[in-house]
Parts: sequence; structure tokens; C-alpha cells
Amino acid sequence: MPNSMQTDANSRELIAFRVGRQEFCINVMMVREIRGWTAATALPRAPRYVRGVINLRGAVLPIVDLAVRLGLPATDPTERNVIIVVQIAHQQIGLLVDAVSDILTASDSNIQTSPDVSSDLVKTFVKGLLPVDGRMISLIGLDNVLPASELEAA
Amino acid sequence: MEDPMAAIRETFFQECEEQLAELEAGLIAMENGTAEVETVNAVFRAVHSMKGGAGIFSLDALVRFAHVFETALDKVRSGDLAATPPVLAVFLRAADVLADLVRAAREGGSVDETRTAALVEEFNHINDAGANAPPVPPAPAAAPPPETTDGLFEDAPQPPVWKIVFTPRPELYAKANETALLLRELSRLGEMRVTLDAAHLPDLNVLDPEGAYLTWHIELVSDCDESAIQHVFEFVEDDCTLEITPPVAPGFAPGTVITGDNGFKFEFFPPAEDEPEAEAAPEARAPDPTTEAPVPAVKEIPVPAAPKSPAVEAMAAKAETAAAVSATIRVDLDRVDRMIDLVGELVINEAMLSQRVMEAGINRASGVAMALEELEHLTREIQDSVMAIRAQPVRSVFQRMPRLVREVAAQTGKQVRLITEGEGTEVDKTVIERIADPLTHMIRNAIDHGLESTEKRLEAGKPAEGTVKLTALHRSGRIVLEVSDDGGGINRARVKQKAIENGLIAPDAQLSEEEIDNLIFLPGFSTAAKVSDISGRGVGMDVVKQSVTALGGRISIASRPGRGSTFTLSLPLTLAVLDGMVISAHGHTLIIPLGAIVETLKPRAQDVFPLDREINVLALRGGYVPMVDVAASLGYCDQFVEPEQSVALLVEGEGGVRAVLLVDAIHGQRQVVIKSLEANYRAVPGIAAATVMGDGRVALILDVDAVVRNARSEAGRVEARADLPALEAN
Repeated sequence: MPNSMQTDANSRELIAFRVGRQEFCINVMMVREIRGWTAATALPRAPRYVRGVINLRGAVLPIVDLAVRLGLPATDPTERNVIIVVQIAHQQIGLLVDAVSDILTASDSNIQTSPDVSSDLVKTFVKGLLPVDGRMISLIGLDNVLPASELEAA
Repeated sequence: MEDPMAAIRETFFQECEEQLAELEAGLIAMENGTAEVETVNAVFRAVHSMKGGAGIFSLDALVRFAHVFETALDKVRSGDLAATPPVLAVFLRAADVLADLVRAAREGGSVDETRTAALVEEFNHINDAGANAPPVPPAPAAAPPPETTDGLFEDAPQPPVWKIVFTPRPELYAKANETALLLRELSRLGEMRVTLDAAHLPDLNVLDPEGAYLTWHIELVSDCDESAIQHVFEFVEDDCTLEITPPVAPGFAPGTVITGDNGFKFEFFPPAEDEPEAEAAPEARAPDPTTEAPVPAVKEIPVPAAPKSPAVEAMAAKAETAAAVSATIRVDLDRVDRMIDLVGELVINEAMLSQRVMEAGINRASGVAMALEELEHLTREIQDSVMAIRAQPVRSVFQRMPRLVREVAAQTGKQVRLITEGEGTEVDKTVIERIADPLTHMIRNAIDHGLESTEKRLEAGKPAEGTVKLTALHRSGRIVLEVSDDGGGINRARVKQKAIENGLIAPDAQLSEEEIDNLIFLPGFSTAAKVSDISGRGVGMDVVKQSVTALGGRISIASRPGRGSTFTLSLPLTLAVLDGMVISAHGHTLIIPLGAIVETLKPRAQDVFPLDREINVLALRGGYVPMVDVAASLGYCDQFVEPEQSVALLVEGEGGVRAVLLVDAIHGQRQVVIKSLEANYRAVPGIAAATVMGDGRVALILDVDAVVRNARSEAGRVEARADLPALEAN
């Protein structure tokens, strides 16, 4: 259900998904695949938002609970949850979200900057806000979604 | 798109590596007297091709040196220069320099100019000596040269005549090759005269219709070089006997010169007489009777036309081996690895499918279950075959050792003979790459520390020349490498003394002979009374042991005073799979590398003693070993399990440090495919890698060393209880 908005040179496709009661979106170019939830193997000494690792066709894929990463209550995953497999630089990671909700086309002019009152966590991830049919969808960047190489407190 | 020239250059260097190996192998065969007829040619060709390739890439230093080397080899080939031991020693050193030059050209950097210059000087000397030597009398020709050739001898400007003897074997015909086409192709190189030798054609009643009985004698007038002629026969060279005799004198004997409009016709001639001696006298070779010099190349020997002469057969056999060696392809390692990954995936999927089928309650005798069984069988076979692609003979590592031995022998002033066995033993490429360093070190150690000085050897009634033996073999799914020397063996009294001096053991420690021998693997231990620059400063065997342990291997030593020592290295055949013990700790499935496990035991409450608030020790055969709760150590839980309710695994980490790991249960032993955690995540403390189990879930492989180390620093354990995601319900 592509949402037709104006298309110009800067337009891009975004994939929107729900985490708790909020909606977020990321650039569709980052997404490698979307798959159902499978139980993850917990990693010792991992931050709380790293739920563990799963087997993605032979590769070991870390799963980030996006809710916890964004400071929301932890997801209690069921079979209806989905994992969005994204490519960040040379690594692939899985984002645990509630559901994929939409595919949008938006240009830079549609994206509004987030108000300055937001918390540091929001500032780290939210790159802009996108109003769509009376909903607010936060565009997030994924550069910092995995912990840095040194052990990071959750 | 990458620079195509760079790719060609890379190929050139890869070929150089192979040619260097062939060069060295050939020279060593010549030195040992095991050289075959073809060896000297192979050696010459190796240097020649490197020179040619280097010329294309304007690697002038390499070209210049290869040229000088080639000149000397050519003299050996032609018999002008006898391959005496001193000459071969120069050749071997030249091969080393050539290898350095290739490396310098490949990776940048410089080579020891003085060494190169000194060798060039020696070569000049050798080459001059060869030239000034009194002409070696020619080998007696089988028949006097025909007058006709004689008469034309002075007419230099005429194009030269090649003599080719071509004897197809039945296989040539079986592969639908056509001699007429080959001869027609050959005729394009120049005028030629073809004679059919049908002397071996049997009577009709005994004739095998699919046999091969004919031989062609060809005289070809052409300026072409030998490779052009060989090129014609390129596709049949394994299926025929081919002798190519280089031209002596131009022109044809008067006779029926036959060249048709398309350059091809032939007539029957009576079978040729024995071929005349075909070269100018000073060029003729005479094997040096004082050495076991290789017999000059077959292609230059006047061989009687009889197709089954031993020399020809030798050549044919050689051609067959050459064909066997060249029947390979170069494949990018990434592609192979990708395939190994996919097959690993297939194995897991197959296991999952089996499990699902069983869960579905399908009868074992049903068609589905039987088909599945077949699938499983096939899958294992594919896995084995794919693993075999990465397997390579250890030859590539062994071939580097003779040079090392020469260098170390020269530095220490000892006479050393290296014997290698089992070069064909195959092992995974990654293992090969990583055993080179430990092996190098062990061989250095064997020469520097193991072998006595020449005087001492003679005193002890041993031959002056020490022997170092390097052996590779397969034993129970692992590769075993042995480095043994016939030196003095380990001086146990001194080793113990030294260990006490260095504070490694208590002065009153009671150690078995084996334990004393193993002291040399302790960090900071060096057995040489004086530190030499060869084996280094006590960073010896402990480093070897560490790198071997890192590969999942073990090292041990057996030594007999006065008779020598043997170091035995046992390594897994591949680093892609690992033998592991499947255990569970607080509901988590983990793999413990089997190589680290010494034994499993069930601790009794009366053997457990608290050392402090956190650490318990287990009394084990008179000693105390610290106990590590695996789940707690990884931060899976805060509560320590009661030792007597768990299973204990005695493990040995780096440096022989022992600990007892406590786990909930052992589920058995299996081979697991190692998967990287770093690829998509990062290194996890306490975890070496991951693997995928039969049910498709990821299991973690325990880093035993880290866990053991961690147990020793209490602080490491307290901060370890970082928040964990809730344990998933299985």
C-alpha cells in the first residue's frame, strides 16, 4: 500500500513499523528481509536491549529489542512479532518490532525536525518526524543501535 | 572494476610461488641424487618462466638475477657444467635469493643487495669455469652422421631442422585424435618430411584393432622454438611418446621433401635407421662420473628410434605426472568458504527436517523417513567433499623448511640433514597457514638446542651430520606433526635447575621425567645455556605452545638422553568445525571444546573447600583445583549451583592452568560448525564463537581460557552480572 506523496529528486522510500504505541520508520534501502520472531540465544554480558542471537541461514544474527533501545518497555515477543533484518555498514542485525505498518515515500521537505525538548535517547536515534494521515512517524537512524565495541552499561 | 593488470600480476606471483617450490624441490632432488631425467629441465623451466614473467612486469632486478641463474642452469642442462655439490649449494642459495626477490617485487621492500651481488659473482665464476673447461668429449653417437648433413653443416643461414619422433598410444586414438590433423598442423610451422615407421605393426591375426603400432619420424625445417612444436601436440602429449630433438644443422638430406599446397603430404619410407647424434660436439653432455648429477634431459639425448626405450618411457611417465599435477583449477577462497557455509546450513536444515518428521509421528519405516535417511547420507557426503576442497597437502609448509635448515645450520655451524615425511598429508588451508610459524620455531629449536655441536657429536660416536626429521600423518581425525632430532635430548637436571632458578617450580618439587620435559613449555624458559639470536630469548616453546593451543591443538615432548627429542603436535584437521561437548548451564546450551577437557567427574561434597567468599576449590588427587560455575561466570545467574548437584569438567587452559567447570548436565559430544559472533556483532567475553545446533538455534562455544582466567580475578566476576534479557522459553 504505497502512500503516494509528491515525488521529487529527494524522495525516498521508508518502511514504517510499530513499537509499542509508537510508529517509527527507516529507509527501505537498509532492509534486507523481514521475518517472524524465533527464540534467540541470550548472550552473556550483553546490554539489555540485545536479546541474543539467532541463526539466519547459517549466519549469527544479533537481535536488538528496539523498544528497550528507544527507552520503551521491553517487548514480550510472540509469534506475531517480526524481525526486520537491516544492513548497517558491514554488519547485519535484526530489529525486534511489533509489526510492519506501512511503506511510505517521503521527500526531505516532508520531514520535520524533532522538537528540541526531546531526551538524549531520542536525539540519538530520531532524525526527524513525519506526519502521515494524522499519525506521527519518527524517522530513526540506526548507526548507534548496536553497542560500541567496549562494554556498554544497559 | 579492478585493474586487470593487477590481477595478472597477482597470478604471476602465485605462479612464481609454485615455480619456486618446484625449483627448490628439484634442486634438493639433485642434491640427494634422486633427480630424474626431467628434473634439471623442470628446474631450468621454473627459473626461465619466472624470468619471462618478470620481464613483462619490468621487474628488472628479478630478471637480471634469474638470467644469471638460468645461464648456469642451462650449462648444467647441456652438460657443460657438472652439478657437483658445491655448484648445487650455490644454486640452492640462489633459489633463496630468487624467492626473496620475488617477495620484494610482490610486497615492496628490498633485498640484501650484497648477497645478491655475491651470488651473481659466484655465478659468473661458475659460468666462466664452465666455458673454460676443456670440452667434454661427445657421447659416442649411435651411428655416424649422414654425409648429407655433414656437407650442409657450414651453411649457417639456412633454417634449422627439428627432428621429431611421434608415437601415439592407443589412448590418443581412443580420444578421437587424428594423427593426420596433428601432422598437418605441424606442417604449418615449416617444410617437413614425414616418415612412417610401421616396424611394430603386427600380423593381422594378432593385431589389436584398437591398438597403436605406428611411429612417425618428422624432420621439420623451421625457425620456430620448441614450445611451438610442443604446442601442436599440446592436447595429446599425455597420450603419446614425443621426442623433439633440436636442430643441429640446417637443410634437408636430399630426399623426397614433401610439401603440398596446404603443406601436408607424406610418403612411406623404410623405417629410419638409428637417429644420428644430433648436436655440435662441445654442446654434448657427459654425465660427471664423480657425482650423482642428473642425467641430461631426455629431449637432448640421442634416443634410438625404438619407441619403448627406457628414457622415453621415463619421459612419458613424467608427462603423466605433470598432467596429474596440472589438472587443477584456481578458485577464490571466498567461493569455497561460501560453499562450506551453505553446506553447513544444509546439514542443519536436514537435521531440522528430520526432527520435524519425527515430531509429526511419521513411521520410521515409511517412505518419507527412508528418503530422509538417504538425504542425510548424501548431505554428510557433500559436507565431507566440500571440506576436502579446502584440504591441502602440508607440502607447501614443508617446502619452506629446507631453506630454514640451511640458514640455521650456517648460523650455528652445525651440519644438519632434514628429512621430511608425509608431505602429502592433507589438512585445511587455514591450519596450514597457521602451522608454519610454530613449525619454523620447532625446527630452529631442534637445530639450535636439540643438536649438539659437531665435536660433541663425534665425541659421542654419532655421525657429524645431525638429523632433523619432520613428519606429518593423520591419526584419529587429527593431523599429527612430529619434529624429531638425534641430538642430546633434554638435559633434565639442567632444565629443573633452571626452572628452580627462575622460580617456576619449588626447589623441593618432585617431578616426573615427563613433567620436567614439559617445563620447557612454560613462559620465560630457555634451555640454551647461552641465549642465541636464533631461538630467541626464552620466547621459545611457550609461544609455540600458545599458538598450537589457539588452533585447538596439543603439543607434547618425548626425550631420551643422548638419543634426541621428539616434539609431537596434534592439530584438528580444520578450523571450520570443532569437536565439542554439549552442556547446559542454567538452562543455556553451551559447547565446550573437547580439546580443553581433561576429564569429567562428579564432585563429592567432602572434596569441596571454600577458598574465600567466592571461590571453592576441589581436592583432586592430592591437589586443589579452583572451581568455576559456568552459568555464574557468564552472568546467567547469581546463585551458585551446589557443586555436588552438578557435573564437573576438569579443563586445561593456556599454559596448563587447570580449573574445574561446573555445569548442570552433559548432553553429549558432537562436531559443530564454528560461526563468528564478530561478523554481525562483536567479541563476547567468555565466548569463543557460536554454532548452530540441529534444532536451528544458536549455541555459544565457551572460551575456556577466558573463563579460567576470569575465575582467577574475582573482580572480573562481580561486574559480570550485567543485566541479561529474560531467558527465552525453549
